[in-house]
Parts: sequence; structure tokens; C-alpha cells
Amino acid sequence: MAISKTEVVKVAHLARLAIPEDRLEGYTHTISDILDLVAQMNAVNTDDVLPLLNPLDATQLLRADEVTESNQRELYQSVAPRVEDGLYLVPKVIE
Amino acid sequence: MTVATQGDLSTLTSKELHYKIVNKDISVMELVEVFLNRIKQYDPQLNAYITVVQDKARAQAIEVDNKIRSGELNHPLAGVPYALKDLFCTQGILTSCGSKMLSNFISPYDATVYDKLNQAGAVLLGKVNMDEFAMGSSNENSFYGAVANPWDLSRIPGGSSGGSAAAVAAGLAAYSLGSDTGGSVRQPASYCGISSIKPTYGRISRYGMTAYASSLDQCGPMARSAEDMALILQTVSGFDGRDSTSANVPVPDYSATLNEPLTGLRIGIPKEFFADGLDADVAKVINEAVEQFKRLGATVKEVSLPNSHLSVAAYYVIAPAEASANLSRFDGVRFGHSCDAPTNLQDLYERSRWEGFGDEVKRRIVIGTYALSSGYYDAYYLKAQKIRRLIKNDFVAAFNDVDVLMGPVTPTTAFKIGEKSDDPIAMYLGDIYTLPISLAGVPAVSIPVGFSDNLPVGLQIIGDYFNEAKLLNVAHQYQQVTDWHRQSPSQFTGA
Repeated sequence: MAISKTEVVKVAHLARLAIPEDRLEGYTHTISDILDLVAQMNAVNTDDVLPLLNPLDATQLLRADEVTESNQRELYQSVAPRVEDGLYLVPKVIE
Repeated sequence: MTVATQGDLSTLTSKELHYKIVNKDISVMELVEVFLNRIKQYDPQLNAYITVVQDKARAQAIEVDNKIRSGELNHPLAGVPYALKDLFCTQGILTSCGSKMLSNFISPYDATVYDKLNQAGAVLLGKVNMDEFAMGSSNENSFYGAVANPWDLSRIPGGSSGGSAAAVAAGLAAYSLGSDTGGSVRQPASYCGISSIKPTYGRISRYGMTAYASSLDQCGPMARSAEDMALILQTVSGFDGRDSTSANVPVPDYSATLNEPLTGLRIGIPKEFFADGLDADVAKVINEAVEQFKRLGATVKEVSLPNSHLSVAAYYVIAPAEASANLSRFDGVRFGHSCDAPTNLQDLYERSRWEGFGDEVKRRIVIGTYALSSGYYDAYYLKAQKIRRLIKNDFVAAFNDVDVLMGPVTPTTAFKIGEKSDDPIAMYLGDIYTLPISLAGVPAVSIPVGFSDNLPVGLQIIGDYFNEAKLLNVAHQYQQVTDWHRQSPSQFTGA
């Protein structure tokens, strides 16, 4: 296996996904298969190759630091699961 | 109007439909009713639509009819009914991305492409099915269920823009906008016998197109002809200050060059696209299509894309890595699915995400997070980006010698629903001919060029950066002397 169950649990936690115990075996297996597939890349020497971050080799566009959008808080919060007084509600984080 | 007449209208191109409207043979309202009726009658067999916007479509039809009559609107797509893949944001309409995560998401804003089509007077019929977050090659990874291929209901329509392809092929929309990250408009178009174009990376604004893998994603028109694709691409292309990756490159008049003769066109055939793994019958159909281009005056030579075999490996690192970052926005707090009774913040995040995403999406998030995690970044993401450079260099070298490249879109025709759903690796390997193009960021069209066992076969024509006009010209000239693009699945033609 290219990856262990312990590593999958750790990575899933980094990705904020709670994998239930009974699904762990299956996930680990498939993810291992995928990692085996991508290991094909190792057969190629890329020491002198520059990474391609953008297919056009374009750099990030910048614009003037000006306000261009108006405040639409109510509209954007209309799709939020829990809102009160214009604030997003989350479980208590400080005891 | 008789049922037979409705069937006839459903097989017309967007250009022909617009002509009928302008000629007063039919009103926009009548045309919209024809399509709404067809969706009602046929979509239960296909499951192409997630949302049909009858009331909005009718209201828009009245408005467009009035504007055409008053001369206020004369855009070539005015009045022509279309469908959007359900990852384009449409204000006030569900934008689900085929996911439980967004099954309650009524978009608060419009994608730039939707805005442009609205201004053109195009009439939205609804939002169509797709693999969840555009991750998949069969449309089986949708929270809203699989979509059937109109040519054989036991088969997949392809993915991830499977609903778009099935809707256009069955005459339930005149055209559709899909999105292509690794082949997601070209492959379903090929399986369903319609035309599609994945433009150069950055050609069309992605503002409001839900992100999957940001260095790859591109919107792609799916239609009945190259001529229609030229009109649609013209309408939706161009620089957009709201998409920082949108290219500030002038948009040529795509329709103006469609009729240029192909005499002297230099076609390259990448030998790697015809190696082991390509179905013999598909190869035969592709070779016949290439012969047709020779008769149109083109010359053909073999070329090599020596690193293309590495594209599956590189893609399945780069795309999941970028997806894991893009999909981190789904936190159960601001929008999308939120779990019941979270015990603490971590529980809210972890359970909302586990419940909201399907298996393929979760797999890719885990793979991507792993590839970006401390100690693995160089071995996976950086390595994949270096491989990506090699793949791009292959295309740059090939275009020194030829004008376009031609080959198959997929190794086989459409497979059976369920055939590969438990085997992600087998599914990934089917993307071998579309992924190199996506990684290089060059444009490609897919057009129907024949059948194998009564299933459509698509030809992929690949061009140099921002040379969409040449691809559309080449495809259009082929469609002037053949009628594969005019074939429709008989079950849905209304007869």
C-alpha cells in the first residue's frame, strides 16, 4: 500500500473530513491505487525542468486598490445556514 | 403544432432556429414551449435536467419576442433556447454543481457567461446534470443520479458535462455551456454525437463558474455544429476583470473565417493517440475522417507527443491538489450543506463536509491534500507541474510543423452505466487523449465523425494557443461535406 490507514486519517483531518471507521479500509485502498498510478511520474528525470504553474505562463493580474463592489451582506447571507443580526453563527469556540 | 414538427425543430441548429424566429416562422414563445414540452416528455428517460425554469423561460421569451420585433435585439443567438451546466451561477436559481453540498444553494449572483447570454437574448431553459463538482467522466457521480445516453439508454453520456451533452443530443436544448477541466465537454460530446469546443485556457471568463482545478478549468460550448459553436464562443469570450486568469487577448470574428478552404492545411497525427488501448473500430472511424480532410486538400503527417502518456499521472495530482484548495471553502458556515447539531466547530466542518460531498469528490480532496502536505509537495505537486511543462513543450514543438493535430477523443465509445463506477483508475485511464490538451492549455474541438456499433465516435482537433478560429474553420469545412453532425437518436426526434 502506498499510504497507510493512519496517514489517510491524518490527511482527511487536514482536509476536515471525518472518515467513519467502516469506510477507512475502502478509502485507503483506492487512494493507494491512485498514488501507485501517479508514481509513473518518477520514471522521468525533471531536474532541469521549470514547473508550469499556468499554461500560458501568465502571472497574476493586479488592479488598482479601489473599492469596486458595494456591500451586499444581506444578499450573501441569504444562503447561509445560520445567521443572526448579520453575523454567521457557529458552535461556541471559547469555553 | 404537430409532434412531428416539434421533432423537426429540435434537430435544427441554433443558427437555423434564429433564422426561423427572424423570418417570423415561429415566435420565441412558441419555440420555448416546444422545448419545455420536449423536456417534460423525454427527460424522465434521460435525467439530463436538474432544474427546469419554465416561468423564467416564458417571461424571457415574451421580453425577447418584443425586443426582436422592435429591432432592439438582433444578436444571432436571440431567442434560441439553451441549457447551462449546473455549475454556472444563476441568480435566484438553484446552482447545485451536482452535489448534496450545494443542493440548497440559490445563487446570489450571475456568472459572466450567463450575463452575456442574457444580454444576447438567449433563453435559458434550465440547469443540467453533471458529475459532482465536475469530477468524473460518466455523470454517475451526481447527487441527482446518473444521466442516460440518448443513443443507448443503458449507457453513460460521458462526463462531467453529461447532462449538457444528453440534452443537446436529444433535442432538449439547442446548445449548452459545459466546462472542461480534463475533457469534460469533449468526451461527453463525443459519446453523444454532438460538437464541442474547449477553448484556450483563459479565453472565456470563469467568474461564477464553480471552481474545480483553477489552472485547468475552462468553459466550453456544446452544440449541433461548428457554425453554432462559432456564434456561442463569440458571445461568451473575452477578458473579464472579475476573473484574474481571464486572458486579455482580442476575440476574432469566428464566423468570418469558417468558409476558408482547407487547401494546404497541415494536419499532424500524434502517434501516441493511436497506440495500444485504442479500440480498432474507433480507430477506423477516425482514420476515415482524416481521409476526408485529405480530400479537402489537407496534408497529413505523423507527429509525436512523447510525454502525453504521463498526462493521467500529472493530471491526477494537479487537479485534486487544486480541488482540495478550492473546495476548502465549503465549511458548513457561509453557504451549502451544514450538519445537524454540531458539537463544536471541528465537528461542524468535518461532518458537514463528509455528509455534503460524494465519494469521488472526497477521494480527490484527500489525494490533493496529501500531495500538497508538508514533505510531499515536491514529490507530487511540483513534480506534476514539471511534467506538465514537458507535455506543453511537446505541443509547442508539434505546432512548429503542423497547423492542427487530429486524433480520437476517447479510446472507446460510451460504456455501460455501472461498468466502471467501482473502478476509478479504469475511469481515469479513459481520459488519456483529452488530458494532455488540458494540461497544455491549448484549444480543441470534438466533432462527430461516424458510428461504431450504432454509438457515436468523436474526432478531436487540437490547435495552437488562441487559434480557436482555425479549429472552427476546419470543423465547419468537414461538416459542409458530411452529415454526421445532423444525425439524431431516432427515439427522441418526435416521430
